[in-house]
Amino acid sequence: MNLDYSLLVPEFLLALAGMVILLADAFRSELKSERQLLPWLTVFGAALYGATGAAAGSMISEFAGIFAVDAFTAFFRVLFAVTLIVVVIGSHEYVSKNIRHQGEFYTMLLFATVGASFMAGARELLTAYVGIELLSFSLYVAVSLAKSDPRSGEAGLKYVLLGGLASAILLYGLSLIYGAAGSTSYVEIAKNLEHVEGLRMPLVLGLVMVIAGLGFKASAVPFHMWTPDAYEGAPLPVTAILSATSKAAAFALILRLFSGPFLPVIGEWRTTIAVLSVATMVVGNLIALQQHNLKRLLAYSSIAQVGYMLMAVVTMSDVSASALLLHMGGYLVTNLAVFMGVIAFYNHSGTEEISGLHGLAETNPFLAMVLAAGLLSLSGMPLLAGFTTKFMLFQAAASGGYLWLVTLAVIMSTVSLYYYLKVIRQMYVVLPDGSQLPIATEPSVRLERWSMSPSSLLVTSVLLAGIVVVGLYVAPLAVAADNAAKALFRA
Amino acid sequence: MSTSDGYILLILTGLPFVAALLLMLTPSRERTAIIAITGLSSFVMFALSVYVFQRYDWRSTEQFQGVLAWDWLQNVGFLGEHGIQIKVGIDGIAASMVLLTGIIVMAGTWVSWKVQQRTKDFFILLYIVVGGVYGTFVSLDLFFFFLMYETAVLPMYMLIAIWGSTRKEYGAMKLMMMLVAASILIFTGIFAIFTEANIGSFDLTRLYTAHYSREMQIIFFPMIALGCGTLGGMFPFHSWSPDGHASAPTAVSMVHAGVLMKVGAFAIIRLGIQILPEGAQFWGPALITVGITAALYGAISALRQTDLKLMSGFSSVSHMGYVFMGLGTMNVIGMTGSVLQMFAHGVMTALFFLLIGAMYDQSHNRDIPNFSGLAHRMPMWAIFFVIGSLASLGLPGLSGFVAELHIFVGAFRAYPIVGGLAVLTAAITATYLLRMMSQMFFGEFNTRWDMLRDVTWAERAGATVLVLSILAMGLWPSPWVERISTTLAQTIPGVSL
Repeated sequence: MNLDYSLLVPEFLLALAGMVILLADAFRSELKSERQLLPWLTVFGAALYGATGAAAGSMISEFAGIFAVDAFTAFFRVLFAVTLIVVVIGSHEYVSKNIRHQGEFYTMLLFATVGASFMAGARELLTAYVGIELLSFSLYVAVSLAKSDPRSGEAGLKYVLLGGLASAILLYGLSLIYGAAGSTSYVEIAKNLEHVEGLRMPLVLGLVMVIAGLGFKASAVPFHMWTPDAYEGAPLPVTAILSATSKAAAFALILRLFSGPFLPVIGEWRTTIAVLSVATMVVGNLIALQQHNLKRLLAYSSIAQVGYMLMAVVTMSDVSASALLLHMGGYLVTNLAVFMGVIAFYNHSGTEEISGLHGLAETNPFLAMVLAAGLLSLSGMPLLAGFTTKFMLFQAAASGGYLWLVTLAVIMSTVSLYYYLKVIRQMYVVLPDGSQLPIATEPSVRLERWSMSPSSLLVTSVLLAGIVVVGLYVAPLAVAADNAAKALFRA
Repeated sequence: MSTSDGYILLILTGLPFVAALLLMLTPSRERTAIIAITGLSSFVMFALSVYVFQRYDWRSTEQFQGVLAWDWLQNVGFLGEHGIQIKVGIDGIAASMVLLTGIIVMAGTWVSWKVQQRTKDFFILLYIVVGGVYGTFVSLDLFFFFLMYETAVLPMYMLIAIWGSTRKEYGAMKLMMMLVAASILIFTGIFAIFTEANIGSFDLTRLYTAHYSREMQIIFFPMIALGCGTLGGMFPFHSWSPDGHASAPTAVSMVHAGVLMKVGAFAIIRLGIQILPEGAQFWGPALITVGITAALYGAISALRQTDLKLMSGFSSVSHMGYVFMGLGTMNVIGMTGSVLQMFAHGVMTALFFLLIGAMYDQSHNRDIPNFSGLAHRMPMWAIFFVIGSLASLGLPGLSGFVAELHIFVGAFRAYPIVGGLAVLTAAITATYLLRMMSQMFFGEFNTRWDMLRDVTWAERAGATVLVLSILAMGLWPSPWVERISTTLAQTIPGVSL
């Protein structure tokens, strides 16, 4: 058994950063330290985590048979690190205005990332479960940290109750699978599930429960009910983490489980996942059509995205895993750009309503461009990340023999364009005074232009560049995703 | 055309995007700089387009010329060697379309300088469309072909919704949603083609030589044809086109009806007929039926319109019907006529929209019965309009005649009855155009329109370029015919003469 603790250095660094922040915040008056220090400590910890994680990218090793360190883990470590850094820098102003306990807030984000990291690397059911719980518990707390917003506490309560239920179902499912396969190690399960004829019933029951539990974490329909409420009530940076880190971690775990231990019984779960995928993309997109609140809109649109991603699980192979990871990368960059834009907008205006965006193209053209690019990328429009990565994802599913599913996904993408265009319309077509551009007269009111804080400006520019770069020069990300997928199937 | 001319094709695609970037960095107050950037870049595009058309060597055995390729992504996931490439190159059809784009973009840029509000944003979006159009015409990689195709469609929503007139938001949303919905079919078709070809590459020239089963071709050809045909204004999915064009600003109508609808027809040839020739053979009769129905329907609808722009919108539907009819004949002469018609119609419809815009911007009224005797007040305007109309109704010596003649001959060869109906359509076209002209241009001048001025210098220059193209193709069509017909004869298996 390999007990080389250096394999876990990235996670240790993250956890350490979290504890240091907790202490630094608790003894703030004694240390005479500034609040400003906390976000920088978080960024520093996340950067160390990302750097050490990336450095281990070429390894093929595992810690005590429970945690794999390979290209797949490294891929997610880097994704999580980038997400955390971006969110912390981009929401710096927001946090100092709207968050109650800042020390706890940053600590929770760090601990959540540790949990996510364990979900991506786990090679054993209980380790994965502990990772899930670490992620979930940290986020339960973080969701309810908003100052003076009653929706925040409500969202936290809903999230914790439903999350607890989902965890229980998941755990029961895992125990049934343990009963059928006789082990919690992925490798052993894969070996034993090759021939489980006598234990088919508990196995199927266990699979259904695991899918339900993970479906909750990834917010797949019909386990998505918590998503819009939690997204709406949570402070914006936490919503960003929910839609990025939490979702990516859930898919990392799904990929690990369904590409390895559960692959021998693909016949038992393929149809279930396909049904989930259809339901998720249809319901997510159709309900998003009626939203007036930006956060709820983004919640439903992120549900819809889960539907597309589940297609790659249906056609599970190294090809579709590679495409899914690529899309995950593109989705994270795009989604973060939108959220950072929304945060910058909220800092200025204090509203999250879509109608509040009117005339943004006149008052802050750059922010309007970032939001427009992000939304169009989410709907899969060309020259942007969304087109390229979605194209690859859809082609992978089509090559896997599910052309009908892909056609449905393309139809739903078209539906999504409609509600994204509604937002873009508010920014570009409607003028700041609520009127529209007539052909021959000058606009009656010109609102003052305003600019974002330097940190928001920095983050949104970088993410906008990221959207375009991923859209037009996808090779580095695609190669990294492909290596990760190959590592997944080698393990 | 040598390989090094491939760099010209790359520059043609890149230039509009570079111009759009430059405009983004220009402060919107600097009108002179905006005019300088757009004027210069559109002229360079025009010059390079003419150069490309002229350099294309139709006698060569190589149909795709100026081919250059760089690997963009390969050996990843389902992609094999040379999976996705940045690959440019043109055949005779694309050469004609590149020329068309150059002409219309230059004229469209000149007349758009009068856009007063958010001029910079207008040109940024317009040039993204133009870049997408060039990219579609010169791409020889299926992935980038479709990427560019979508790029050309995307900014239309904002261009119409912001700078349009009358029911602009309705027109913009209808156009956008119908075109994007049509893309669903193209997406599905592309995924199916890639999966069936099973070569792990989106290289179009390799996809042309791959094997596709007859059943697959028969299932997926109509998807491609309908999907791309919607952008081409194919009946019965044309309904976005009159509404969209009626509400779009002048240059957008010009580029959209003049070039973008041709991208749709071009994509049917590139993706549908060249990749899936057996499917095209099978569905040829259906394409002809749709084409002739559209031609008749569009012409009859145009007969009933009183809004000048709606009339040219329906006239476009009718003329694009000829294009699909010609493609359905599956013989070289009819299909050559289709491509000729794409060029001819592109130029004349751009001319119409330019002139209608020139008048509408002053009068804010497009109702045909409201006008009379305009030739007294706006003689140049009327002259340009008459030339465009005569080309549209197929007067010999103008471009429309050459194109329609080829289509009619092709149609008579395939199905004589269709040829007869097509000639009837031409008669209806003549009816509505002549009636409109006699109403609007001649007779007593209506003094209500005393404030109307004749076309400005910029509009005059744009219209002159377009009229010269109409005359050039009408009087000396062989440069077009040679390039197009040899390409069609050599790249489509099973096509008859």
